[in-house]
Amino acid sequence: MESFKPYTARYAVLPVENIDTDQIIPARFLKTTSKVGLGEILFSDWRYNDDGTPNPTFVVNKPEYQGVEVLVAGNNFGCGSSREHAPWALQGFGFKAVLSTYFADIFRNNSLKNGLLPIIISEETYQKLVSADAEAAGEVEIAVDLATQTVTLPDGEKVHFPIEPFAKYCVLNGVDQLGFLVSADDDLTTYESAHAARVNTAGLV
Amino acid sequence: MTTAPQTLFEKIWNRHIVRPETSETPAVLYVDLHLVHEVTSPQAFTELRERGLKVRRPSQTVATMDHSTPTTPRGRDGIIPVPDVQAQAQLTQLETNCRDFGIPLFALGTENQGIVHVIGPEQGLTQPGMTIVCGDSHTSTHGAFGALAFGIGTSEVGHVLATQCLLQSRPKTMEVRINGTLRPGVGAKDIILAIIAQIGIGGGTGYVFEYTGSAIRGLSMEERMTVCNMSIEGGARAGLIAPDQVTFEYIKGRPRAPQGAAWDAAIADWQTLVTDHGAVYDATIELDADVLAPMITYGTNPGMGIPITGTIPTRNDMTDEQSKAGLEKALKYMDLSEGQSLIGKAVDVVFIGSCTNSRITDLRQAASLMVGRTVNPKVRVMVVPGSAQVKKQAEAEGLDKIFVAAGAEWREAGCSMCIAMNGDQLKPGQYAVSTSNRNFEGRQGKGGRTFLASPLTAAATAISGVISDPRDIR
Repeated sequence: MESFKPYTARYAVLPVENIDTDQIIPARFLKTTSKVGLGEILFSDWRYNDDGTPNPTFVVNKPEYQGVEVLVAGNNFGCGSSREHAPWALQGFGFKAVLSTYFADIFRNNSLKNGLLPIIISEETYQKLVSADAEAAGEVEIAVDLATQTVTLPDGEKVHFPIEPFAKYCVLNGVDQLGFLVSADDDLTTYESAHAARVNTAGLV
Repeated sequence: MTTAPQTLFEKIWNRHIVRPETSETPAVLYVDLHLVHEVTSPQAFTELRERGLKVRRPSQTVATMDHSTPTTPRGRDGIIPVPDVQAQAQLTQLETNCRDFGIPLFALGTENQGIVHVIGPEQGLTQPGMTIVCGDSHTSTHGAFGALAFGIGTSEVGHVLATQCLLQSRPKTMEVRINGTLRPGVGAKDIILAIIAQIGIGGGTGYVFEYTGSAIRGLSMEERMTVCNMSIEGGARAGLIAPDQVTFEYIKGRPRAPQGAAWDAAIADWQTLVTDHGAVYDATIELDADVLAPMITYGTNPGMGIPITGTIPTRNDMTDEQSKAGLEKALKYMDLSEGQSLIGKAVDVVFIGSCTNSRITDLRQAASLMVGRTVNPKVRVMVVPGSAQVKKQAEAEGLDKIFVAAGAEWREAGCSMCIAMNGDQLKPGQYAVSTSNRNFEGRQGKGGRTFLASPLTAAATAISGVISDPRDIR
């Protein structure tokens, strides 16, 4: 995982609440054994027509939104299935952050493990971003800085967003959490020596 | 020394702390049982190989094939063919991974294969007080045994494979109390659909549910699993039910249940796994089972549910603009109208299966309505048992003959049309009554439209060909 650098980016708005991970990446694409190439099928059922051609009315297909790096979406983004293919697809497309008033738990966790920032914003901020986009589609920019946990809105206002200290540390420094867990080996060995395994799957089948 | 009263969740959580949570770092939480399937694990095994890591506890891990597996009948050679090249590659990869890392695997076509959340309990692997994880959001199912069980992403699958641990911040607790007694024709699925309709699909985010109350105590283990299974559809990662005699009887004698003196010790321990008198939940909600009717969804998320006797809400029932827009979008996709009743609506497919409702009691319920009747010839009715063992049991009871005689398809075990990645899917525009857990756009096939309901409602609908209240089938 790369370490986080502050950036300024244009954004697209998907003003739909409860966007589930089946919309982000439909299940029929989960037969892959890799993380590569999922950006092309992001939002597949909304983004493409039945014949496979791009749906010109879907936001990221419009010319003015080419190259956007931030997604602003309706409430409770990422609900449903635990598939990590959802953040992989968003990143594969080129998104660095998703802004929503609310994120589903597992999606949020999965995103942070990949350095895709799920940024929780207020309803007021959400409305401001929607309005700014309505006035100048695909042209307005926001700035994201993780160190100070701030998003700078198109009008210059800075809003603060919450993130757990550990997740922040990991994304900021490009540290992956598996390394941290592996380093907890002493405590783990102590725990296992004091607690017998609760179950044994050996020999099943 | 007396300890402060604790919730069931706190008791399980505290037992599994390898390293406590600090202001800087989440807790390191020990995982007793890790369930693995073909779809969310390949990239995790790749990660292990790249880092030269081993699986720390293969004997606390078990894998199955369920999501992308066909449920079509076996060939004359007894083998279930896998025509989808990509699915076959994924299954082969799981076989390779399990062999290389020493993990037991219930392979396609073998006698204990099945949906990951059906086989854990079936084998006696799922036990009270344990922590159980799987790269699948419906891992909450196992909470029915008083185990803390939740879905994780593929990165975390890698964490657990390598270290048997997860980094976790402590969630909050919500008591979901179901008072009263269920009426005939109303079941566990109706309870959970009613709860989600009440709190919304984000209402439980950040919480672990504990289901309590007389109606919960009256449920069988299979029914409790149905309730806990859909906790995630209310946003909660886990749902718990304190173990009791019903739990112990279900576990006793299963292949990996404790035996002899270990059984007695286990029971003594499991009996302590209750929320203490005076323990405090962070939130409580209640539902009255006495007035509950069969539930059905009308929209494109599991929170869009109504009593089957009711009508679809209108824009005026919604309090905010996003919800109004959400209702409008859902009804457009479903081609339904606000204020409409669903009873009498023609459907194309009835699907009875999934980790929510594919266990033996679910099949018995469906068969109880189909016996001596035929399904409407316009409707394709698929019955997909949750595991090879469920299939075997159902066949021993003659349920398969009831389904086939009624005109339904009796298939091999798997996730099937719940996730529609194995070829079992709706065609664009088709309507289905489904006993599964998600009615998202395209979930059961691109353009397909799903009504979630109980096995009884699904069977009643299969018979009449239109959405029907099971209490009206005489």
